[in-house]
Amino acid sequence: MQIHQHIIEFVSDAGEGAQTAGQCLGTVSAKMGNGIWTVEIIPAEVEPPRRSRAGASGNRVRIGSKKITNAGDQADLVVAFNEQVLYSRFDVGAMRDGTIILLDDKWASVDDENIRKEFADAVADFKNRKADIRFVPFESETKKHIKDPRHGKNIWALGLVCAIYDRDLKLAEIEITKKFAKKSQEIVDTNLKLLHAGYDWAMQNTDLRFSIPAEPSDVPKIVVNGNIALALGIMAAGIEVCSMYPITPATSISHYLAEAFPRMGCVVHQAEDEISAIGFAIGASFAGKTPVTITSGPGLALKNEFLALAIMAELPLVVVIVQRGGPSTGLPTRVEQGDLLSALYAQPGDAPKIVMAPSNHEECFHFIITARKLAETFRTPVIVLSDANLATGQQPIPRPNPKTTWFAPPIDQSDWDESVPPFDWDPQTGLSQRPIPGQKNGNYVVTGLAHDQNGRVAYESSINEHAMQARSRKLATLQHALKPPVIHGDPEGGDLLVIGWGSPRGAIEEAVDTLRAQGISVSSVTLKFLSPFEPNLKEIFSKFKHLLCVEINYSDPASFGDARRYSQLCTVLRAHTLCDIDCWSHVPGIPLTPKDIEAAILEHIDQKGIDKP
Amino acid sequence: MGETLSFVSFVTKEKASPTHKKEKLMNMTDWTLEPRMREFELGDYLGAAPRWCPSCGNHTVLKCLQKLCKDLNLPPEKTVVVSGIGCSSRLPHHMGTYGFHSLHGRSLPVACGIRARRPDLSIFVVTGDGDCCAIGAGHWLHALRYNMKMTVMLLDNNIYGLTKKQTSPTTPAHTKTNTHPNGAPLDPVNPLATAISMTNASFVAQCVDWLPEHLYNTLLRAQQHPGLAFIRIRQRCPHFMKGHLDAFMNDPNKIQILTDPRGVLPGSLTQTYGTVEHDPTSYDDAMKHARQTDPIPLGLLYLNESALRYDEFTQKGIVTSEEEKLAAIEAELNKFAIL
Repeated sequence: MQIHQHIIEFVSDAGEGAQTAGQCLGTVSAKMGNGIWTVEIIPAEVEPPRRSRAGASGNRVRIGSKKITNAGDQADLVVAFNEQVLYSRFDVGAMRDGTIILLDDKWASVDDENIRKEFADAVADFKNRKADIRFVPFESETKKHIKDPRHGKNIWALGLVCAIYDRDLKLAEIEITKKFAKKSQEIVDTNLKLLHAGYDWAMQNTDLRFSIPAEPSDVPKIVVNGNIALALGIMAAGIEVCSMYPITPATSISHYLAEAFPRMGCVVHQAEDEISAIGFAIGASFAGKTPVTITSGPGLALKNEFLALAIMAELPLVVVIVQRGGPSTGLPTRVEQGDLLSALYAQPGDAPKIVMAPSNHEECFHFIITARKLAETFRTPVIVLSDANLATGQQPIPRPNPKTTWFAPPIDQSDWDESVPPFDWDPQTGLSQRPIPGQKNGNYVVTGLAHDQNGRVAYESSINEHAMQARSRKLATLQHALKPPVIHGDPEGGDLLVIGWGSPRGAIEEAVDTLRAQGISVSSVTLKFLSPFEPNLKEIFSKFKHLLCVEINYSDPASFGDARRYSQLCTVLRAHTLCDIDCWSHVPGIPLTPKDIEAAILEHIDQKGIDKP
Repeated sequence: MGETLSFVSFVTKEKASPTHKKEKLMNMTDWTLEPRMREFELGDYLGAAPRWCPSCGNHTVLKCLQKLCKDLNLPPEKTVVVSGIGCSSRLPHHMGTYGFHSLHGRSLPVACGIRARRPDLSIFVVTGDGDCCAIGAGHWLHALRYNMKMTVMLLDNNIYGLTKKQTSPTTPAHTKTNTHPNGAPLDPVNPLATAISMTNASFVAQCVDWLPEHLYNTLLRAQQHPGLAFIRIRQRCPHFMKGHLDAFMNDPNKIQILTDPRGVLPGSLTQTYGTVEHDPTSYDDAMKHARQTDPIPLGLLYLNESALRYDEFTQKGIVTSEEEKLAAIEAELNKFAIL
């Protein structure tokens, strides 16, 4: 059957390789020219107890004929190695009526009577919920080729899925070889055998066949997840120092960098704590190298004192924050956009800095290059807000063509013009050049205390006002240099404008496209800059009758009246534009789906009394 | 401040040092007949005028550091003084070099970051007992372990001064302070023993602010050290700890000079104070002296020149060319290429 898109999930106990199978399927499909988006399904623990309801580990792969911009709605086909892990997928609404579940039925015949009963109960339950359950002997078939089927059935399952979706086995062989080459040739060979065995079994034992033809493209592409895209961006920006402390879901950036960075002569510093990580970065910055420090929300909380110092001392720095669920330890592996206000305002005093948010993998890469340049030009920290959804999802993006002009210039060691003070604030722009240690006659003292243009500690009121103004003016200067955001839909206006930022963009635009096709006057805009905002927002907003922020953070329902707390971007935009912007935001710990957003838009339209076609 | 200037020409007066030590010193002070390209004067290292209390020990440390820079002819633009927050941490403002007056407790991460890619700079860190042993204690221990080349001076006056007499981690038990009006309830931290016990610590010395010649010699010895040199300076606080070190100042028996060819030059101190031979490479002996509070042991307590240095790790590849970098990033992108 020819289809234009499908959502496939692999779920298992942790350690059974479902994530590997999903990643391989994604890469193989991308190589075949399909659009893909993958989402990791991650339990909170490294290896939770087997067969536990909340222990699902795996991967969702959305494959389409065209470009795919989000993880989509409900799964079409699910591979499950046990029935218990499926519960969590039902709980989060990942299943629809008729979702095909390929389930290992070995649990029906195990010795343990309790397990047999659990299995029978679950299968009955899932059938009641209208799942299309089909039993597949994953383990017993895998056992024919390998002693411990727990490490191997994932590749057998991959072979099975490749047969169902008419995937190019040669490409799968390449991925498997790449994946296991580090281990041994024997392991590579065994897994290749398993791939073919799964494929052959499917050809002989099931008539499930789906074909998702790819639209041909001659644009060279790479397949990366958002964290790899950020890491490649860090390298392409010529950043030499990455200073970090392990924190989910940001750490995988440093895992990759730790391997690749030395090949560029660069270093990953794993500090003793989050505070030291940014302090080390700030030291490297003072000494002339614009560094990056990477963290998540709780890490940002610890870094705020140093972040304010970098702002006060006007030291360039790139801070990558891969957001996760909060507050506190929250949902470490899950998506949320809860750190916007913290990034904007959590530092002591008035601390203007640049905040950017990539909305897809391509932007993850290019925003880092922009961020480093902005940090140096504006002599300030730049925060890049990503999230767990971008971090782990894989996507094909056009292959970047790095240039040496993207790199940081070598450290300036020429003599400093003695007549120029270290904070020579331009009265119009607030911009100034900074001396770097080694520059003769540039000697100055960086301080977090209020200081004058010479960097000397100063308590005078007028100097304090002047310095605050200079630091703030830099943001106004940047805003003048930015372009207004692009409207998805109708730039001339309409009934409703959905406003978003970051990773929900793909799902928002898909929902908008669906509704526009039905004649509904809805458009969307994704803000790339959150400090300063891109220009003309108020003018753009005035073209639409209603405005709705959609984001993944908490807000109260409208029924709370005056006590209502709005979502984070909404709060800031209301203050910034004085427009009556409404919000629809949720904290499900999983990406917002196009269907959720469609429903929210329709509900909003109903409430506002807008006529539907 | 006459006492701090009484040793101005001591380097040339030095007589009792072993030969190999003298050679090292001569190399460092560049006694060749070639004229230097640039000859610096003390004035080149002067910054804003200090605003510390008169007779505060900080003045001595500042003068010693300035004299050291001058004697070693360190280019001011290649010299960075980093500090945290506190009375002593104002010191960078009073130097004519580059300076970084950072956050409370955070001087060491900043200093390590500066060192990360800059082997060409001379880095000095000034910290206090609150800054180093309380709010910055985690960084302190790890900086000792990183063992990156720098000289760290702990200006230990046993009290919080800038915030006006709160108990510090090194305040002796029963001392009455504004946070413990009935006396500090705990015994103080021993910064020397703590430092020596940290894995990979490589240089731990002790000075007192009223013996500037020895303080200078210690700074000089630290400059020769390939890793992180940690120097605890027992220091008076005339305002909040009036007279708390008087007994040690007034009674020569309460000071003991540690001597060793690898140690700090004792200079004229041997005329006044008792000496004891000490092998600084012996961890057990070092700990023994570290725990000794009366008499105060002065000199190099602990030395481990073979300790691994983190700057050797962070500085790898600093000369990579743009072409090499471009080739490397292209190769990385190719790993993810699909078409």
